[in-house]
Amino acid sequence: MTDTHLPERLAEFREEFLELPQEDRLELLLEFSAELPPVPDYLAGKQELYERVAECQSPVFIHIEVNDGVVAMHATAPVDAPTTRGFASILAQGITGLTADEVLAIPGDYPQTLGLTKSVSPLRIGGMTGMLVRAQRQVRAKR
Amino acid sequence: MTVEHDTSSTKFAEYSAPERLVTTEWLAANLGKPGLVVVESDEDVLLYETGHIAGAVKVDWHTELNDPVVRDYVDGKGFAELLSRKGISRDDTVVIYGDKNNWWAAYALWVFSLFGHEDVRLVDGGRDKWIAEGRELTTEKTVRPATEYPVVERDDSKLRAYKEDVLKFIGHGPLIDVRSPEEYSGERTHMPAYPDESSLRGGHIPTAQSVPWSRAVAEDGGFKPRAELEAIYLEGAGLKKGEDVIAYCRIGERSSHTWFVLNHLLGFENVRNYDGSWTEWGSAVRVPIVAGTEPGTL
Repeated sequence: MTDTHLPERLAEFREEFLELPQEDRLELLLEFSAELPPVPDYLAGKQELYERVAECQSPVFIHIEVNDGVVAMHATAPVDAPTTRGFASILAQGITGLTADEVLAIPGDYPQTLGLTKSVSPLRIGGMTGMLVRAQRQVRAKR
Repeated sequence: MTVEHDTSSTKFAEYSAPERLVTTEWLAANLGKPGLVVVESDEDVLLYETGHIAGAVKVDWHTELNDPVVRDYVDGKGFAELLSRKGISRDDTVVIYGDKNNWWAAYALWVFSLFGHEDVRLVDGGRDKWIAEGRELTTEKTVRPATEYPVVERDDSKLRAYKEDVLKFIGHGPLIDVRSPEEYSGERTHMPAYPDESSLRGGHIPTAQSVPWSRAVAEDGGFKPRAELEAIYLEGAGLKKGEDVIAYCRIGERSSHTWFVLNHLLGFENVRNYDGSWTEWGSAVRVPIVAGTEPGTL
């Protein structure tokens, strides 16, 4: 494994969470949830192109593209699973635009460092870790 | 102060404790009534924030009902603090609803019952039925003045089974395994999509009958009528009236749903929920396990 380094956007997201008192962090996660970018037209409805993230309690699917070394992450999750959507949104916004090497360098414990473990519970955070690990694996396969 | 019971449903009237359920219609008509507190309890910790029934407060199973360190529920002091903060009084009527066919709502009701909160009811059909009927949700924050809920020690003896209780119970009384058939047989050590809540071994507790929780649910998401439930649990699983029963699943939430059915709808007085369930049993050292589709013997 190479050295880990947290990309700027993901670091900013973390700052935003940690700046807030514990009880307001869920509100921010909800904002992320609402901002999950829509998937591009050519992916819409094409479930077979996605990988299901089995670590999440709700059905969430991710799809990674690597074009000229630059990564784009797309994710879908049901509206009645806002926590999962929030996690997907943080990662999709934080990863898209990075180089493959940068994505692979994201520390695997990033989800645990957002300061959400207490208000969301460790079990639920595990779903986000699963999402990150799967995204990195796809990058490795597609680069 | 408690609120009068919902006597509008002929389906409820057949159950042994019809006062434990309310219809969505009843709830809509009684919102805001003094003495009534509506509680939403979901699997997703943020679902409530996306929209909830007006005036409802959220109770989260992970972060509020469980002790943050030990795998156990909060103690009497913790429960009193929680309910005081939510603005619930000891004599309030608490009506609970939630997602996933009321799994967590039933779980919360069971935990409230461990503390002897007397009047606690479920909304038949839960959150999904409320939404399916086009009823309103709001994102407006619920503000309830804090109360002084008394410190009442939790009584696990009647409603909760520990691993040791289950070990002694095998061969003496019926166990009901409410997980999916694949989890029961041991093909899977976790529910599809829930690999974090896994165990080291697959299978079921010897002698346990497999009755997946969802068999108690009707098409509209509410509970099936009593006659249908009796066909499943009495004729089907062979439970005898008046018998002591222990139900379990993976972490105790789906079995709270079945506990509710057996206790409040079919009148089994001594039903215990083994909340350690398969995440404990399937990882414990030297406890007996049966793999395959037959209940097996000890």
